Amino acid sequence: MTTAAPQAIAATKALEAVMRDDRGRLMAALISRLRDWELAEEVLQEAALSAVSHWGRAGPPSSPQGWLLKVALRKAIDRMRGGAREAKKAAAMAVLAKAEAEEMEAAHIPDERLSLIVTCCHPALEQKSQVALTLRTVCGLTTTDIARVFLDSEPAMGQRLSRAKAKIAKARIPFAVPGPEAWEDRLNAVLTTVYLIFTTGYTAGPDEPRDLCAEAIFLARLLADLRPAEAEIEGALALLLLTDSRRAARIGPDGATLPPAAQDRRLWDAPALAEGRALLDQALARRAPGPFQIKAAIAACQMADPGPDWPQIAALYTRLYIHEPTPVIALNHAVALAEAGYVTEALARLHPLDAALQAYQPYHAARAALLARAGRHDDSRVAYDRAIAMAGSLNDALFLSKGRDALPR
Amino acid sequence: MQYMILIYSDPTSEPAYGTKEFDAMMGGYFMLNERMKADGVLKAGEALQGIETATSVRQRGGKVETMDGPFAETKEHLGGYYLIDVPDLDTALKYAALVPAVAYGTVEVRPLMNYNPMDN
Repeated sequence: MTTAAPQAIAATKALEAVMRDDRGRLMAALISRLRDWELAEEVLQEAALSAVSHWGRAGPPSSPQGWLLKVALRKAIDRMRGGAREAKKAAAMAVLAKAEAEEMEAAHIPDERLSLIVTCCHPALEQKSQVALTLRTVCGLTTTDIARVFLDSEPAMGQRLSRAKAKIAKARIPFAVPGPEAWEDRLNAVLTTVYLIFTTGYTAGPDEPRDLCAEAIFLARLLADLRPAEAEIEGALALLLLTDSRRAARIGPDGATLPPAAQDRRLWDAPALAEGRALLDQALARRAPGPFQIKAAIAACQMADPGPDWPQIAALYTRLYIHEPTPVIALNHAVALAEAGYVTEALARLHPLDAALQAYQPYHAARAALLARAGRHDDSRVAYDRAIAMAGSLNDALFLSKGRDALPR
Repeated sequence: MQYMILIYSDPTSEPAYGTKEFDAMMGGYFMLNERMKADGVLKAGEALQGIETATSVRQRGGKVETMDGPFAETKEHLGGYYLIDVPDLDTALKYAALVPAVAYGTVEVRPLMNYNPMDN
């Protein structure tokens, strides 16, 4: 039986809420002052620990965020004092002491989360480290959670995060929002990381303890808040919302994956779909096209009424290819062409992709379906077998088996 | 903060002497040198003779061995370097992207080790 006073329970709840909602903001404020990611994380942890006892006695302060930031800065000053090396340290401490002395109400803490996100997604860091660091620092996931997502061991993920933080410090990756000449590229790197978090969650399914799709949508919304009127951010958020809105419909009653065209539309999340479409319209009206807006437009066309608008989707893939000239985009373009009725043309476009996409499962799945349409049943069966053997989930394997079994003998 | 910009390339894929591409490459290096000097960031920068002039030295079992040839058997060789002093990695990467070799080789950017504990 717990004998904790109601006040202690209230304090713990208040702390949990702040650390969940404002961890990114506090980390950003600490990193920008301390210029040391590891130290920022440690002193915030210490401040949270001391909040448990202080708030438990006196109740949560009027500004829990301001309290935590102030205490964390004091902890940092204490540590510096311990290992003080005169002149330089003294100067750094004076700066910190000034920051600490300022009255810190939540609204007054300058929001430096945009700097935090773009630094986490710096192209000098490996892609996987960008994802891990963003989840740890901005979303507040634990190293254990992140290791789970990547199917890595916890020590391996811990090392990856440490290496990334050490590189930021040693190579002096700046903690800042890049200037206009670099902004477009850096924003694309950030949105790519956010999208990767989303797709990881989408593949993992909703049973994971932390729903990465929700984390990705949170990040996209945060970016839209921090940098309003940015067409690509709106496009990325629209893409996530549109894709997420059909999450409940993507697997049929028999457990097989369903493409959007075959899904039960009543299962689509209408508010998310409407918000996604509205955001996409808003983004397109800014007349600043980019790859995420095109991808969102493709998602919207796939969910058009009464069915997918394939000629439009094919045209959009042509435009996307200008931004991302990859074999995967060329494959998607070919599939859209076939759906629009140009099967022979689509097969001809598949052929030159063969070498580059041998190890890419969706290539074999798409090829199987196209060959079936073209009446080349034996070739199709071979491609289906290959795609089924490489399928990443049982649901996908089941979907493909149904396609293979439908081939005439 | 000082960064070393290390320029690696495969000599067989470099523009050949006497071609228009070669002139463009040299013009690119000239412009980069001038710009880094004007910006006050250039500490040093040199091009190296080809690897056929390289000699590797190592000591094994108390005995110094000398060998004809470069340290690593790779297609891309270290062909030159710049040493620059700039505020942060983003600035260093901006200059690195202007090295003509990025078009056919690889340019590596490494921060210098800092031995002054006061700065850490």
